[in-house]
Amino acid sequence: MSEKAAITLTINGKDYAIAVEPRRTLADAIREDCGQTGTHIGCEHGVCGACTVIVDDAPVRSCLMFAVQAAGKKIRTVEGLASGDTLHPMQQAFMDNHGLQCGFCTPGFLMLAVGVLEREPDISDEDLIDVLSSNLCRCTGYQNIIKSVRAAAAEMRK
Amino acid sequence: MSAHTKGSGGNGMKWVGRSIRRVEDPALVQGRGRFTGDLPAAHWVRFVRSANAAGTIRSISAPDGAMVITAADLKGVKKITPMLHKFEYRPVGQPILADGEVRFVGEAVAAVVAATEEEAEDIADLVEIDIEDAAPLVDSRAAIADGARQIHAEAPGNVILKGEAKTPGFDDVWASAAKIVRIDARSNRQNATPMEARAAHAAYDSVTGRVTLHCTTQMPHLMRTAIADCIGMPESELRVIAPDVGGGFGQKMSLCTEYVLVTWLARHLKSSVGWTEDRRENLIASFHSRDQYITLEGAFDKDAKLLALRADVLSNVGAYSCFPTTSGVEPLMAMAEMPGPYDVQQYQCLARGVLTNTCTMAAYRGVSRPVITFTLERLMDKAAKAFAIDPIDIRRNNLITTFPYKSATGLDYDEASYRQTMEMAVEAIDVPAFRTRQQAARAKGEYLGIGFATFSERTGYGSPAFAARGMAITPGWETVHVTVDPSGFVEARIGSSPHGQGLRTTLAQIIAEEIGVTPDMIKVVHGDTDTAPYGWGTFASRSLVISGGATLIASRKIRAKLLKIAGHMLEAAETDIVLEDGKAKVAGTDREVTIAAMAREAYTQTHRFKGEIEPGLSESGTYDPPGTFSNACHVAIVRLDPETGHVKLERYLVAEDAGRIINPMIADGQVHGGVVQGIGNALLEEIIYDESGAILTANLADYMPPTAHEVPPIELHHMETPSTQSVTKAKGLGEGGTIGPPAAIVNAINDALTPFNVEIDTIPATPQRIRALLRNAERAP
Repeated sequence: MSEKAAITLTINGKDYAIAVEPRRTLADAIREDCGQTGTHIGCEHGVCGACTVIVDDAPVRSCLMFAVQAAGKKIRTVEGLASGDTLHPMQQAFMDNHGLQCGFCTPGFLMLAVGVLEREPDISDEDLIDVLSSNLCRCTGYQNIIKSVRAAAAEMRK
Repeated sequence: MSAHTKGSGGNGMKWVGRSIRRVEDPALVQGRGRFTGDLPAAHWVRFVRSANAAGTIRSISAPDGAMVITAADLKGVKKITPMLHKFEYRPVGQPILADGEVRFVGEAVAAVVAATEEEAEDIADLVEIDIEDAAPLVDSRAAIADGARQIHAEAPGNVILKGEAKTPGFDDVWASAAKIVRIDARSNRQNATPMEARAAHAAYDSVTGRVTLHCTTQMPHLMRTAIADCIGMPESELRVIAPDVGGGFGQKMSLCTEYVLVTWLARHLKSSVGWTEDRRENLIASFHSRDQYITLEGAFDKDAKLLALRADVLSNVGAYSCFPTTSGVEPLMAMAEMPGPYDVQQYQCLARGVLTNTCTMAAYRGVSRPVITFTLERLMDKAAKAFAIDPIDIRRNNLITTFPYKSATGLDYDEASYRQTMEMAVEAIDVPAFRTRQQAARAKGEYLGIGFATFSERTGYGSPAFAARGMAITPGWETVHVTVDPSGFVEARIGSSPHGQGLRTTLAQIIAEEIGVTPDMIKVVHGDTDTAPYGWGTFASRSLVISGGATLIASRKIRAKLLKIAGHMLEAAETDIVLEDGKAKVAGTDREVTIAAMAREAYTQTHRFKGEIEPGLSESGTYDPPGTFSNACHVAIVRLDPETGHVKLERYLVAEDAGRIINPMIADGQVHGGVVQGIGNALLEEIIYDESGAILTANLADYMPPTAHEVPPIELHHMETPSTQSVTKAKGLGEGGTIGPPAAIVNAINDALTPFNVEIDTIPATPQRIRALLRNAERAP
């Protein structure tokens, strides 16, 4: 074991002063040191995307980033999507279009889609499928995830 | 865009047949789901797994001061030894940690316990296991060869079970055939790959002496029974909770050694202990499936009518037998359901389960039916070719159209729509237009193909079906307790254990329909052995049929009670009362009473109903149905690149019939998800072992579930043939989507390959395999 580094992670606008080993992934730090368990870990090798969070406005696989690399950056997770009781249009669209079943991959898909649509609100259907193919879902067959994200994109453009 | 033909929409019912939003979703989209891996623990476990496929353990050495548990520490803990009382089954036991011998790469040999997961992993890296290698047997054909090393003393020749069937008169009919058509099919090995890998968390309560085990399982009650049995503890001292479970697909219905160990440790340490499987462990050491060779021959008369089928099923069941189904789950399912939707009364089958030095095989969505449907539907296409008739016509000639029908294996098929769903699919896909397009494409050196798969699927079957297999444990029935509390709100406690299927929503729809309340007044509770009635969990396309049936039965009793109470309160005849909008109303008048008032009456004014109804408003329903057959026709259109062997799915269409649909949105979602797993099965997903028994596909870049890229829009068409074997008239549909794609897609690939005069009968039909066939054909003189 190596020595722990004291860092501050800013998650959904709140500061968490934590001490982590340099090898600690952002995913583990978010879940275990900061207690935000909405971010899930599916493979720990950067393929499935379940752990996707938004770091400084870009979707990031938090299992491929060290916690120390995220210090001082603005991190957004699924817990920060809704404002109070009002769901983010992406969350609402996933509910309206049956874009989730077991819900394990859902936080990753929500953060991926929100991150991309914030940067590229007019993304083409083809590019959207390209982007969504970065994450894995084993329940929905993607049909209703694609439908949900398209519906949310239309809502977010309003 | 995906097409959607609505079914009956519930035939005028208020809640059944409606696509209401799921009650499961608000928590899950906000990151408020509660999964096993979210729980903190005082101790964490890391398993040290065998890197050798076969051999004898010489020594295990651990760093000083580390807590490392081995088989030697587990004296008194029983092996997992599932049992079948038929089919020459040889019971073999699996020790919780390898005891003296290792039998597959990934088998847990030692368990490191430390304060954090990181520390446990660091120590595990320092644990040395010295194994004297034995020559591994990886392939089932090698394992049954003469002189092959015996993997378990109890199973000579490595055959763990052997099922044989032959109808009287088979030989004569076989001899009378005009043509015999044969396929040698190969289904390679898959992993169900739920996005949440396995996890367990056991906490000891020093006040009660009980252990609470949270684990990611599809059957919490049976886990409690089985783990208590292994450890030798009273079942009442163990509480099992399946919290939110991130997909299962069958992989999470078998008992795993890891859960036994974590529970044992919590008792041993009198503390809390957690284990979260990583993806590599899931791919190498959780349960596998679908590894089969099937040779199937069909005897046809001169008019291409199928007279008889003869099958040889060789199923590689891995190193141990899974609990509770046993390793008979695949070969015996193949034997029982091989004839599928076709009218054929003569049948011979030999089905063997073979032990090898590979990860243990267990149930995975569809269990054998993706493989047997692939085999049978390839056979039908080969027969069509042999008779020079259209693949659709040979199916028209042979599909069962009269019901009820008794299969050659003795199964009772209830009313279904095999022929109708196929015609629906044929029309929707527009075969003539496709053939024109295919011809035009070929002229340009482009290769398109179309493939069909018609199949039936036994769903929602109760205990007699499991008893027929000779299982020592016969899961089947389900119990549901429905309670209307004194405030008029409803709680249903169920023994099923849904994990993504939306059963909390669909069961609420069934209750709402029956007792006239809105679904938002109903809470469905599951997954906790302290609060849910004993039940078998969620698997085998059963929960909506069986738990739904039990829910309806309990709700009818509640309804009868409400009518009695309303009759008293409204001074009206029960037959004049309707239950709707949360009220009992006297038809044709303005007299009404709320369900809350009636419920309060049922608890607090019981003297008014003395001798007529029991106090309270709580009823139980139990259901154990015989089983009901869903059916579907799947159609795939593919574009094949002969240069690379790459197959692009251009269209995928499903015409399915699962009886009455409770929630069309959820039903469609089940089909979508199933189809995409089937696409993986057909084209992409394969667990590959090398000759030494090491797995070459131990991450999600090498083992490839489909992404959004590989999946075309899935077009769904529905028919509803209400089941006569299910009180809700619903049939199961959780697995159906997975069953059709290997057959439809590989038939389409072979259609595209027609000009090259080669055929592929192996799944997954990867570019490498297709290229190898084309290369060999190019080289042939």
